[in-house]
Amino acid sequence: MTRQFGRRKFLLYGSATLGTSMLLKACAGGTTSGTGTTESPAAESSPATGTTAASGDAIKVGILHSLSGTMAISEKSVVDSTQLAIEQINSAGGIGGRQIEAIVEDGASDWPTFAEKARKLIDEDQVVVIFGCWTSASRKAVLPVFEEKNHMLFYPVQYEGQECSKNIFYTGAAPNQQIEPSVDWLLENKGKEFYLVGSDYVFPRTANTIIKAQLEAKGGTTVGEDYLPLGNTEVAPIIAKIRSALPNGGVIYNTLNGDSNVAFFKQMQGAGLTPDRYPVMSVSVAEEEVRAIGTEFLKGHLAAWNYFQTVETPENEAFVAAFKQKYGDDRVTNDPMEAAYISVNIWKQAVEQAGSPGTPSDLEAVRTAAYGQKFAAPEGPVEMKTNHHISKTVRIGEVRDDGLFEIIYETPGPVDPVPWNQFVADTKGFTCDWTKTGVDNPGKFQI
Amino acid sequence: MLPSILDGVFNGLSIGSILLIAALGLAIVFGLMGVINMAHGELMMLGAYTTFVVQNGFRRMGEPWLQFYIFFAVIMAFIVAALVGLILERGVIRYLYGRPLETLLATWGVSLMLQQFVRSVNWVLVVGLMVFCLLYFGGLWLVRRRPDFERIRGWAIAILLALSAGIAWAVGSVLAQTYGLAMTKPWFGAQNVDVTAPRWLLGGLPIGNYQLPYTRMFIMVLTVLCVLGIYWFLQRTAWGLRIRSVTQNRNMSACLGIPTRKVDALTFALGSGLAGIAGCAVSLLGSVGPNTGQNYIVNTFMVVVVGGVGKLVGTIVGALTIGILDYVIGTGILALLFAPIQPLTDFFTFFATTSMSKVLVFFLIVVFLQFRPAGLFPQKGRTVDA
Repeated sequence: MTRQFGRRKFLLYGSATLGTSMLLKACAGGTTSGTGTTESPAAESSPATGTTAASGDAIKVGILHSLSGTMAISEKSVVDSTQLAIEQINSAGGIGGRQIEAIVEDGASDWPTFAEKARKLIDEDQVVVIFGCWTSASRKAVLPVFEEKNHMLFYPVQYEGQECSKNIFYTGAAPNQQIEPSVDWLLENKGKEFYLVGSDYVFPRTANTIIKAQLEAKGGTTVGEDYLPLGNTEVAPIIAKIRSALPNGGVIYNTLNGDSNVAFFKQMQGAGLTPDRYPVMSVSVAEEEVRAIGTEFLKGHLAAWNYFQTVETPENEAFVAAFKQKYGDDRVTNDPMEAAYISVNIWKQAVEQAGSPGTPSDLEAVRTAAYGQKFAAPEGPVEMKTNHHISKTVRIGEVRDDGLFEIIYETPGPVDPVPWNQFVADTKGFTCDWTKTGVDNPGKFQI
Repeated sequence: MLPSILDGVFNGLSIGSILLIAALGLAIVFGLMGVINMAHGELMMLGAYTTFVVQNGFRRMGEPWLQFYIFFAVIMAFIVAALVGLILERGVIRYLYGRPLETLLATWGVSLMLQQFVRSVNWVLVVGLMVFCLLYFGGLWLVRRRPDFERIRGWAIAILLALSAGIAWAVGSVLAQTYGLAMTKPWFGAQNVDVTAPRWLLGGLPIGNYQLPYTRMFIMVLTVLCVLGIYWFLQRTAWGLRIRSVTQNRNMSACLGIPTRKVDALTFALGSGLAGIAGCAVSLLGSVGPNTGQNYIVNTFMVVVVGGVGKLVGTIVGALTIGILDYVIGTGILALLFAPIQPLTDFFTFFATTSMSKVLVFFLIVVFLQFRPAGLFPQKGRTVDA
C-alpha cells in the first residue's frame, strides 16, 4: 500500500468518523430519551406570539448541577426532584397562569465550568432564578457571578456555614441545624469522647473546627482527628488509631465524602468496631449512599439530617409517592432533594406575592417577597428568614435493615438558622439580616 | 503488647498485600513487556464489576450457593479481565510496541472509555456493539476471500463501516423505542454498586483486644496464591519459559522460532487477568464504581518502579515495604518508638495522619530513587538498555 493520504483514505476516515459519531449519538439518544432533560412542551410554547398562550410567555428558570463527573451521582437526583417540583407547579396551572420553563446546564463537577454556565444562564437565557450547586467549592465559584449580576441562586445542600450572601438563598442546613444538634445529642446519649474522621477539603475541616470548639464548650473531648484524601480507600491506619485512642469505645464523627465512606464502613466492620461500642455519626450519608455502601455495613450507625424518606408527614407521603411515580419505584428521596423541592416552592410563593417573577436585572421585589415565606415541606413547616436561610427541623436517624432510616430523635419544632457560627472565635457575635438598614454590611455585622 | 505488635505486623502486611495484588499484573505487563498500561486500574474495575455481577447471579440461586460466590467470582474476574486485555492487546497495543509515549496515551484513552462504558452500558449499547462487530468483521471476512481484495480494500472497509454502523444504530434505536426503559436503563449507572463479602468473611478473628478482619486474611491468602501461581507458570511451564526468553531478548527468541506475537498477547492477557483478580479482592474492602481503578493506579506504578522494573521479586518486596512504611508512619507508631527524643517525636507525630504519611512515603521513595534509579532489584545484563 502507498502511504499517501489520498482521496480513498480521506473517504475511509471520513466515513469512519461519521459512523462512530452516529453510533455514539444513537447511544446517547437512547439513554436520555427516557428521562427528558428539559420541559419540552413549555419550551415549544415559549415563543408565544400572543395567540397560542394568552397568559403570556413561560418563566425561564435555570438548573445548574453536575450531570457528569464525580458529583453527578449525587447531583443528578437533585435535578430530578427540582424538575418534579416544577412539573407539579406547571400541571397546577403555573405561576399566575404562566408556565415555568427549566433550562438545565451541566456544571460537569468542575468549579470554573459552574461559573461559566451560571453566566451563560443569566446573560444568554435570561433566567430569573437559578437552582443549583452541591459542593461548597462550586458555590464559592459561582458566588462572584451572582453578586456581580445581582442575581438569585437557591442552594439546596447542607453546608459549613460562615457565609451569607444577598444573592443566595440557602435551603439546606446551616451547621446549627445539623452538626451542632447532633453533637449535643451524642454527648447526651452516646459518650463524651469523640474521634473526628473527614475527607481532606474545606467542608470537613470547617465542620470539625466547629465540632472541636463545641466539644470544648460542652465538656466533651476530641481524642483524635484524621483526614483522608478524596478517593483514598486505605483506612487501616485510621482504624488502628481509632482503636488505640478509644480502647473502650466512643463516638466517631464522620464527615467523609464519596468513595472513602464505603471503605471506611466495610473495614470498620471487619476490624470489629461495631455500632454498639463505636457508633458513627455521619453527615454525608443519606438514603442514596446507604444503597451504594451496603446496608449490612451501615446497620445501626447514625446520620444527622433535616429530612429522611421515613419522615411521617402527609406532605412527605405525597412527595415520595410523586417522586416514585415519576422516576421509578426503586428510587429513594433524600435531604438535598427535599431541600431542592422546597427551593422551587418558596421561590414560587415569593413570585406570586411579588406579582411578577421580575427581570434578570431586577429581582428586588421577589427577594423581598421571599422573606417570611412559609411552606409545608415534606420535613415539616419551614420559613425563609431574613438571613436567607430557612428554619428546619433537625433529625437523627439510625440505619434500618431496609436501608432507610429509623428516626430516633427530632427537635420539637423547626430550628432557626445561624449562618455565622457562634462557637468559632472569628465569627462569634456576628449575624446576618438583609432587611437591616443602617449597618455597613447586612451580611455580617456585630449583634 | 504481643497482640498489638501482631496487629501492627498484620495490618502492615495486609496493606502491602493489597498493593502487591494490585501491582502484580502491572509488574508483568510493565515489568516484563515494558508496556505502560494506564488502563490497568480499569481492568481492576472490570474485575470488581464482574464480582458484583457474579454476586447478584448467586444471590438469585439462593442461600448455600451465595456463601461461595467469591471463589467463582475470582475465576470469572480473571477470565473477563484477561479477555478484555487480550482484545486491548490485539486491537491497540500490538501496533504500539516500542513507542512508550503513544502506548501511554492510547491506554489512558482506553481507560477513560472503559470508565464511561460501565457508566452508560445498557442493552441498546451492547446489542448495537454486537451487531456492529458481527456485520463489520463478518463482512470483512467475506470480502477478504475475494481474489481482488487488495484492490477494493479501502472501499470495502468504508462501505462496511458505514453500513454496519448505520444498521447497528437503527437496531439500537428500534430496540430503545419498542422496549423503552427496559432496554435503555443503564446496567450499573454512574452510582457505585454494592459488593458484600459472603457471611463467613464478615467480621474477624479476635486476638486479645484486637480483631483481624477475615477479608484481609482472605486477600493475603489470595495474594500468596497468585504469586505462587505466577512463579510456577513462569518457571515451570513451556509458555513461561517462552515469556522469559522473549523478555530477555526478543530478537534472538524470534530467531529461535518462538512465536513472539503470541507470547505478547498471552503475557498481556495474563497481566490483565491478574488485575481482574485484584479488582475482585479490593471490592471486598472498598467501593466498586467507575472510578475504582483510579484509586489504585498511582500506587501500583509506584510499587513496580520501587521494586525494579522486570523483577517480580522486586515488586513483592517493594509492595510489602511500602505497605509497612505507610502503616507505621500513618499510625504514629514511630512517634511512640522515638518517645525519648523530643524533636523526632514531634516530627513523626506531624506525619502521623493519612494525608501526611503519604507525603513522607512519597518523599522517601523519591530520595530512594535518587540513589537507586533502577529500583530495589535492578535487572542486569547486556540487553537491559536495548
